[in-house]
This record gives sequence, C-alpha cells and structure tokens, in this order.
Amino acid sequence: MSTPYAKLPAWADYGLIPVINLAVAFIVAGFVVMLVGENPFRAAVILVEGAFGRGSGIAFTLFYATTFIFSGLSVAVAAHCGLFNIGGEGQGYIAGLGIGIVCLAFDSVLPWWLTFPIAIVASAAMGALWALIPAYLQAKRGSHIVITTIMFNFIAASVMVYALVGFLKPPSSMAPQTRTFLDGAQLPKLNWVIELFGAKIRSAPLNICFLLALVMAFLVWLLIWRTRLGYEMRTYGHSPKAARYAGISETRIIIIAMMISGALAGMMALNPTMGDQHNVALDFVSGAGFVGIAVALMGRLHPVGIVLAAILFGMLYQGGAELAFEMPAISRDMIVIIQGLVILFAGALEHMFRPYVQALFASFSPRSVGIEAAKGKGA
Amino acid sequence: MDLFNAIIQVLDSTIRLSVPLLLACLAGLYSERAGVFDIGLEGKMLVGAFAGAAAASVFHSALIGLGMAILISVAFAMIHGFASITHRGNQIVSGVAINFIAAGSTIMLGQAWFSQGGRTPALAPGERFEAINWPGAEALRAVPILGPIYAELISGHSILVYLAFLIVPFTWWVLFRTRFGLRLRAVGENPAAVDTAGISVAWLRYRALICTGVLTGIAGAYLSMVQNGGFVKDMTAGKGYIALAALIFAKWKPVNAMFACLLFGFLDALSIRLQGTPLPVIGKVPVQFMQALPYVLTVILLAGFIGKAIPPRAGGVPYVKER
Amino acid sequence: MAQAAIELIGINKSFGAVRANRDINLEIARGTIHGIVGENGAGKSTLMSILYGFYQADSGEIRVGGKPASIKTPNDAIGLGIGMVHQHFMLVDNFSVLENVILGAESDALLKKSIAKARSELERLEREYGLEVDPDAIIEELPVGLQQRVEILKALYRGAEILILDEPTGVLTPAEADHLFRILKQLKEQGKTVVLITHKLREIMAITDKVSVMRQGTMVATRVTKETTVGELAELMVGRRVLLRVEKGEAEAGAVKLAVKNLTVKDQRGVTMVDDISFDLRAGEIVGIAGVAGNGQSELLEAISGIRRAVSGSVMLDGKPIDLTGAADPGELRDRGLAHVPEDRHHVGLVLAFEENENSILGYHDDERYLRGPFLDIDAIRNDAKDKITKYDIRPADCRLKTANFSGGNQQKIVLAREMEQDPGVLIVGQPTRGVDVGAIEFIHKRLIAMRDQGKAVLVVSVELDEIRSLSDRILVMFAGRIVGERGPEATEGELGLLMAGVEQREAAE
Repeated sequence: MSTPYAKLPAWADYGLIPVINLAVAFIVAGFVVMLVGENPFRAAVILVEGAFGRGSGIAFTLFYATTFIFSGLSVAVAAHCGLFNIGGEGQGYIAGLGIGIVCLAFDSVLPWWLTFPIAIVASAAMGALWALIPAYLQAKRGSHIVITTIMFNFIAASVMVYALVGFLKPPSSMAPQTRTFLDGAQLPKLNWVIELFGAKIRSAPLNICFLLALVMAFLVWLLIWRTRLGYEMRTYGHSPKAARYAGISETRIIIIAMMISGALAGMMALNPTMGDQHNVALDFVSGAGFVGIAVALMGRLHPVGIVLAAILFGMLYQGGAELAFEMPAISRDMIVIIQGLVILFAGALEHMFRPYVQALFASFSPRSVGIEAAKGKGA
Repeated sequence: MDLFNAIIQVLDSTIRLSVPLLLACLAGLYSERAGVFDIGLEGKMLVGAFAGAAAASVFHSALIGLGMAILISVAFAMIHGFASITHRGNQIVSGVAINFIAAGSTIMLGQAWFSQGGRTPALAPGERFEAINWPGAEALRAVPILGPIYAELISGHSILVYLAFLIVPFTWWVLFRTRFGLRLRAVGENPAAVDTAGISVAWLRYRALICTGVLTGIAGAYLSMVQNGGFVKDMTAGKGYIALAALIFAKWKPVNAMFACLLFGFLDALSIRLQGTPLPVIGKVPVQFMQALPYVLTVILLAGFIGKAIPPRAGGVPYVKER
Repeated sequence: MAQAAIELIGINKSFGAVRANRDINLEIARGTIHGIVGENGAGKSTLMSILYGFYQADSGEIRVGGKPASIKTPNDAIGLGIGMVHQHFMLVDNFSVLENVILGAESDALLKKSIAKARSELERLEREYGLEVDPDAIIEELPVGLQQRVEILKALYRGAEILILDEPTGVLTPAEADHLFRILKQLKEQGKTVVLITHKLREIMAITDKVSVMRQGTMVATRVTKETTVGELAELMVGRRVLLRVEKGEAEAGAVKLAVKNLTVKDQRGVTMVDDISFDLRAGEIVGIAGVAGNGQSELLEAISGIRRAVSGSVMLDGKPIDLTGAADPGELRDRGLAHVPEDRHHVGLVLAFEENENSILGYHDDERYLRGPFLDIDAIRNDAKDKITKYDIRPADCRLKTANFSGGNQQKIVLAREMEQDPGVLIVGQPTRGVDVGAIEFIHKRLIAMRDQGKAVLVVSVELDEIRSLSDRILVMFAGRIVGERGPEATEGELGLLMAGVEQREAAE
C-alpha cells in the first residue's frame, strides 16, 4: 500500500473514517428498504426503539452482543498476528460438543458455578483444538489459512451432526439436540441489572456470559497491548521480517495466536447453549462466527471498539426482529444485508474515502497531513 | 440387476449434483487464474438462483430467467472487482461481504416481492428448463447395460447440464488457445509482466470476473430453475465453498475441475443413497463422514500430503506498481 | 557520431518527498552501446522506467529519433521501438518461451497463428544474433542466463530498435555475462542501440562506447569510454562528499570477538551471494566492509546475525560457534552479546506502525528489565525509551509517537540507541547513515567510535566510501561475494574504487 501510516490525526483515523464507512453502509441499506417500498427513516426509528426502547429490548440486544463480542475478539486476535481466521463459525460450533458433554455429565451433580468453569475450559479447548490444525498447516506447510479454516467450518458441521444424532441426543428423541440441561448447567440471568434501572422485563436471555465477554475483552486488551506474547503477535502481524529479526519464532506465534483465537470463538458457544436454550442444538451458532468478522473490522480490532460494534450488531439483531414484526415487507434478513454492507464498506472498501478525507484535511490544515513529508525532506 | 440399477441411479444423481459445483468451480477458475481470490462464489450463485427464478416466474420465460441470473451475478462480481481490483481491498473480506449481502437480500426481496417466506413462486413448465429426451431413449431403455446408460445418464437432462459439461472443453480452449486465455493466465502469475507488456492489469481482471459472474449466474439458474422448481432461501447450502475446494483439488485446471466436481458430486449422491444402508465389510458409514469427505480431502491436499496444489502465484494480492 | 536515437531533456521525477530524478539531460546516439552507471538508488532505473512508459516524468521532454515523443504506457514505448530487459525479469515462470514472447504482442485473438509466427521469428533471431533458446522450454526450468535471453527476444520480437538493459549481469555467471556482451555487440553491429544500466565499471569499460554517470538523482557526467578510466568513473559515481571527519585515536585491537570462516551464503534464487569469506573482528576495532551495493554485503550481515541461513562455513562468537547452517536464532545471538543494526530499518529494524517505545525493545522484548512475569512493564519500557531519547537526542522527544512519524535520521537513532545501549560485545551495523541528515551522521559516527573505544568490536557495512574510510580501522572490500582486498584507513578513494570495481581481482587472475 502506498500510504498506510498516520497521515491523519488519530481521531479521524479511528473515529471519523469508521463512522463514514458505517454511514455509507446504512445509506445503501436505506436504499434496500426503499426498494421493498418502506420508509427507511421510519425503519430506523423502529429498529432503534426495538433495541433500546424497552427493558427486554435492551436485554436482548446485550444477549446478542455477548456472542458477537466473543467472535469479534476471536477474529481480532488472529488479525493482530496477521492471520485471517474465518473459521470462528466452526470453532464455535465444535465447542458445543465440549459444552454438551460437560453439561450432560455434570448438570445433575454440580451447581452451575462449578459446571460453568468446566464448560468454559471445555469450550475454549475445543475451539483452540479446531484452530490448531489449520494453524499448524499454515505455519509448517504453508497451506492458506483462509481456505483451511473454511474447510474446517464444514467439517465441524458434519462432526456436530454426527455427534448430536449419534450420541448427544436422548435415544428416545427425534430432534437432533441434547436433552434440556438441568439447573446445574443453566446460567443465571442478568435481567435484574436492567430492572435496577426501573425497566420491566418479562423474559430475556441476557445472562452472565455477558460479564464473561467483557472480562475476555479486557483480557484480550491486556494480551495484545500489555504482554510479551501480544507484543510478539503484533510484531509478526505488522512485519514478519521484523519478527524474524527480533528472534520471534514464526511457527510458535502463528499456532499460539490461532489457538487463542479459536478458544475465544469456542467460548461464544456458551451464551446460546448454557445461557439461553439450555441445550446444544443443530446450527446453534447460526452465523455468529461470521458476524465476528464484521464486528472486528468495525471495531478496528480494538476490544473497546469490538464491544461497541458488538452492541451495534446486537441492536441490529434485536431491532431487526422488531422491524420484521412492524414492517411485513422487511424480514430479519435485513440485518444480514447490513452486516454484508458493513463488511464491504468498513473492510474491503476501507480506504475508499480516505483520500477524500485526507484532501479535506489538507485543505484545512496542510501541516497535519504534511508532517511526514516535511520531516522526510529534513532528514 | 438391482445393483446395476442402483449404480445407474447413483451416477445419474452424481451428474445432477455435480453440475452446480462444476459451473461454480469453473467460475472460480476464471477469477483465481487471473489472480483474484473469490470466496464469494456462494453469494453470486445465490443471487443468480434468486434472480433467475424470480424473473422466470414474473416474465414466464426460462430464458429471461437465465439472462437475469447472469446479469445480477455479474453485477455482484463487479462489486468484488470494484473493491478488490480498483480499490485494492482485501479479496477475502470482499468475498465474505458479498456472501452476506446475497444471503440477506435474496430472502428479503423474495419475501417482499412474493410473500412466500423467501421462496419464489413455483415455476410452471415453460418457466424452467425441462429435461431433454434424446431420440430413441425410451425405445433403447430395454437394451441391457447400454440402454439404461443411454436413457438415464446421457439422455434426460436439461440443457444447462449439457452446457455445463460443454463449458469444460470450452474453458480449456479459452485458457490455452486464445489470446485472452494467455493473458488471463499471465496476469494471475505475474501481473507486472502483463503490465510491462502494455496490457491493462485491471481491465483484464475485470473481464475475468465477468466470466466468473456469467458462470455463477448459470450455476444459480440451474439450482432454482432445474434442480428445484423455484428459489428457496439459502439453497446454495455451501456449494460455493465445495466448488472452491474442488478448484483447489483440480489444481486450477478445467478438465481436472470436472473430475473433482464429479467426485464430490458422487460422494454427495452416495451419501444420500447409503443413508442408513450398511455396506459390506465396512458396515454402516455415517452420512456425515461422506459429506465431510470433500473438505477433508481438500485439507489433506492443501497440506501437501497428496501432490501439491500450487495456486496462481499472484493470487490474493492486489496489483500495485512497484517503486 | 550518428543521429541521436534518444534525447532526454530536463527530466524530473519525485516519489513523495524523494526526488529520484532531477533535471536529467541525456543523449544517446544511434547504433551505439551507451552505459549508465551509478550506485544503487542513484536513479538509473527510474530514469529508464520513464523512458519505457512505466512511470510518467513530472516534467521534461523525451525525443525519440529526433521527434518529441509522448510515452505514457509501455505500449507507447514499444510502438516507438523501445524495448526493455528488466532487472527482475518480467516473465511468467510457468509459461513456455513462446508464450512469454507473444504475450501482449499476439497477432490475433487465437494463439495458433501467433505461436507459428513467433516460432519462425525466433528461428530468424537465433540465426542473426546467436540468441539460442528452446522455444518450447518452460521458463522456470531454464537457467537465469537463458531467461534473460528470452527477455531480449521479447523486446526484439516487438521490433525494438533501442534496447534498455537494467543491471543485466547481476544474476549471471561470468561466462554468461561474456556471452551476453557478445550478443549486445552483435545487436550494435546490426544497427540497434543499446542502453546498459549497471553499477559494474568493468562492464562499462568492456563494451560501451559512451558512459553517463548518475549520482543521487542527477546526471553527473558523460564520457567517451575510451577516454576515461575506471578510477575517474568510480570517483564520479561515489562523489566527493563533504565529510565531517570524526576525530579518533589509534585503535587498540584486542582479542578476536567474531571469527568468520569460509562462509558461503546463497539468496532465495540460489545464486551464491557470499562466496567463501573469512575474516576476524577484534575487540576495540571498527572493521568496515566497502563495496558497491549488491555484492553480497547484505547477505553477509544477515547470515552473521542469524536472519539468513548460510550454506557452509562457520562463525565463532567469543570463541564459541554459532550454528549458521541450521536454524540460527537472532534472539540467542543477542543474548550472547551480538547486536545488529539492519540495513533495512523500515521493514526489519523497526515496525513503523509501533509507538517509539515499542520499537525501542524490539528483539529485547524478552529481557527481564522490560517484563513483569508475562506482562510488559510499560513504565520501565517507556522510561527506558525516554532515557534513550534524551541520550541520543531523538526528536520529537515523544516516546508515544508512531515510529513512521519520525524522520529517517531519528528512526535510525531509535535503532542505534536500542542496539548500543544493550552494551553488546559485538555490534554489526548495516548502512549506518543511509537516508540520514548531516547532523545525525556526525552523531552516529561519534557513537560508533565511542563504542570502539570502550573495547567493543564493530563491523560496519556501507556503500558510502567516505563513511567507511572515516570510521574504519581496517577496510575489507567486497566484490562479487568475495573479499578482494584489505586496506588500512589511509587507502585512497581511487585505490578502493578500483577494488570495488573488481579490477584488481581480474588483473590478478590474468
């Protein structure tokens, strides 16, 4: 790339450009709404009201956001190491196997606060394991990690169908899902937190996984910016040559980064299973792994940005459901379109508006953009 | 004789199941040979399927359906080109975006326009591509061995099936016997060589993506207008990714692509056929194992344990004139 | 002299803040071989890329055959009969020779006719110029010498009357280079014009009619080859720079710190870049390695510092061997007291996207001083960075600023501060002052000498002859991967220039 580095002030780089990209994505989405004959402004109002208007709306928004925080963090950790983990979907799905086994084994004997940590470890371990093989193949055999992780998504799907039909479902049942977990594997809800603020909630699935997600966001921040390992990952992600110079082992760092990424993807499975449905069912991940890509791109790979972006997407999911209810012409799939548009404009077309913004800044204050050039000449 | 009939039936469905894979795989071949990774095959097939079925049912014409499938699919390919060629964006990210937009917009527009839960109306006979019965197929059916092969395997498919298999030698011919093919292969290997030879890298890659769009459009039309009498949401069901796997498996060669797709189609057909039936010696093979096999084989191939899949060298990298 | 084939008038070209070509004037006579010499980065390749339409000049005029020409794309250049053989071959590796030759010059939409035509045309060219090559061979299976011949054939097939060759002998063996020169002479006899870009003076003397010298983006002089000498050209190339000589005392060389023995290193293409080199580096001395860029110095540095694997040979650090042929680990070498300031600070020595303080621990990030358990000790790192900023006068004095926002000189100081402050026993420095302003040069030189006076062993590789002469206690001259001579600091520029041009080696061989 010709000018990848700081030519704009940081607030423009991390604030203005993502906002412009997001705005364009929403404007295009607005046209889609018009295409089906509805008023995009009214749609936006319904969407926001649906997401934040009532207590249960907020709870649902945060419930969806929980899963997206995990998957966004997963994509971000790999991306900091220069790797594109598109396999969060499969890593999360396969983690359901670990969670299922743990919960079925312990839900009758242990209280939730003992089952939960075991399930966390199991989900993280399964996710990490599922990322390990693509990571190893990338590091040692040069197999393109994007392709291998895609393949592993499908392999995971087959394994899970096999496991669910084969031994996880009760023999008497036809449905490919585990029996409902007992109290020992049901996570407590967090709705009371929102009720503290005076809102009334009938039933919403927001549960303590949300807190776990926030803790993980903090830990990821710690990992990336405050640990030696994170330093090594970032070095490799920015410049493999510099990493080689600094004595960082390529194989080791790729494998570790991918396993952490896989573990985070695995942990996203806790929220819909133990937190909401109280079982492990077919397709319970339902695309959340891919949403992580949009969330991570939108959040600029920073945990704070990821939490905000996850809440934005949670809002889209919850508000989208309301929207589908209020406007029959618009289905919940509107949010899938918006996700795609966000990935397109915040990801693939990330730099489309940058030259214009730069030109704008240059016309106002030549110094702020000219800093590098001026110094380069002075040297 | 039962076994023979069973084999014929499995082979027949192998052909039917491998056609969309084959078309998508060849589509990917054009784009990846030109140095543009395309994991958006899935999405382009899906919009093709939707546009085809929707237009066919509205205009009561299979041909208009096919045309619309191609048109919309090409439009999506151009979005990919705009992001990854013109703006040098990440090709993977762009492909993912296209898959999302396709998945969402087909269902939403389908629901808004036809109000059938994301489906398009069932296509009437004139609105879909019918099977073509070859002369004498019925008469010869009684002939042992050859009769059923002729009647079931060779005759009785829609025009798109024959088209798909004709596109294989055609693609080979384009790639290796025409100026366009020569340049297309060159731009995927070393765009700088193409640039210094005075050929526009961007325009060449755009043209490759147009080919991709045309073929994914036909693949989509096949799904919604041949295999199924209308569009059903998410009807590609990962076929775009299997096609990608087949492309790697075929080492980016057209004739190999046909065999890879037939193999993957065969595994699919077999898994449907064997559902619950125990095999001699091996016993009962889980359906899921057969379904995962294409992906597992591709990973093993990628790992370099069975031959080496060397992708076009400039694949995935936006072309920037070096300083 | 015959009429001019090409005239360049007042050509300017900048890349961002870098002025690659300034006000270049050049006239190349028809039917001659015209050499253009200059060090790496002098702007030769940029100039030729402008002529070939790969870049556009910011200003200036090009005349071809006396007529003003507008060359906007390679196609325009090809149309005007200009062909180019690039330094990095513009070939499609898995294509056949024929396919490469016709690419972009196909006669119609189907290949059959083009291929038939090219086949007979290649036969003719083979007869006329001795350009033998199997038309059906696959490029990647051909030796580099033949690949280059395909590049020449490509240009001739397109009807080139003027052939530009950019560093054509860089990848060739001496025998292949000789063969190339015979071909070029033949082309000249047939009336073609040849422009030869190189930094090897021997080649210039051997086959050119005229030679132009470039230095730092400007055209310094043009000479008739017969009337000039290698010494004069070397001087013109390197230039007499105003140098602030740094005062230094006599070296007190102590024990051998680094012993390099029979080291051989190949690059990724398999070309031998370091050829059986042996030398010692002692405590308390600065050894300078002089040489024109591209003669194996970079590979030598990378091998010693553990970044690149060596093919054979050994390196002893403090009497203990370093395993260079296996998986050498730069981290382990650092622990053993070997510090390395790499030539390419932008991609190797620094991560430009990092904050300054993050770069000030690169490679030492596993040092206990910067860690608290698995965590980075941010305060310690930033304080340490601030100390270095003060001590090395790095500006702006902001350890949180992105490294990309520092000037070249200050970036280099960041690297030097990091490596020197680790108190290493051996310091290896590649291009200590490349892209660095004059003030910083003096500072850096003083620091290096101070290191020496503290009894450290310092190895400096530089293409700046003045720098080498001013810093070194001993000077080793590298040419074509070998050390072709050792001189004291009193050696004259001309003497070193001859060694750098490989002249003495050749004479000694004969």
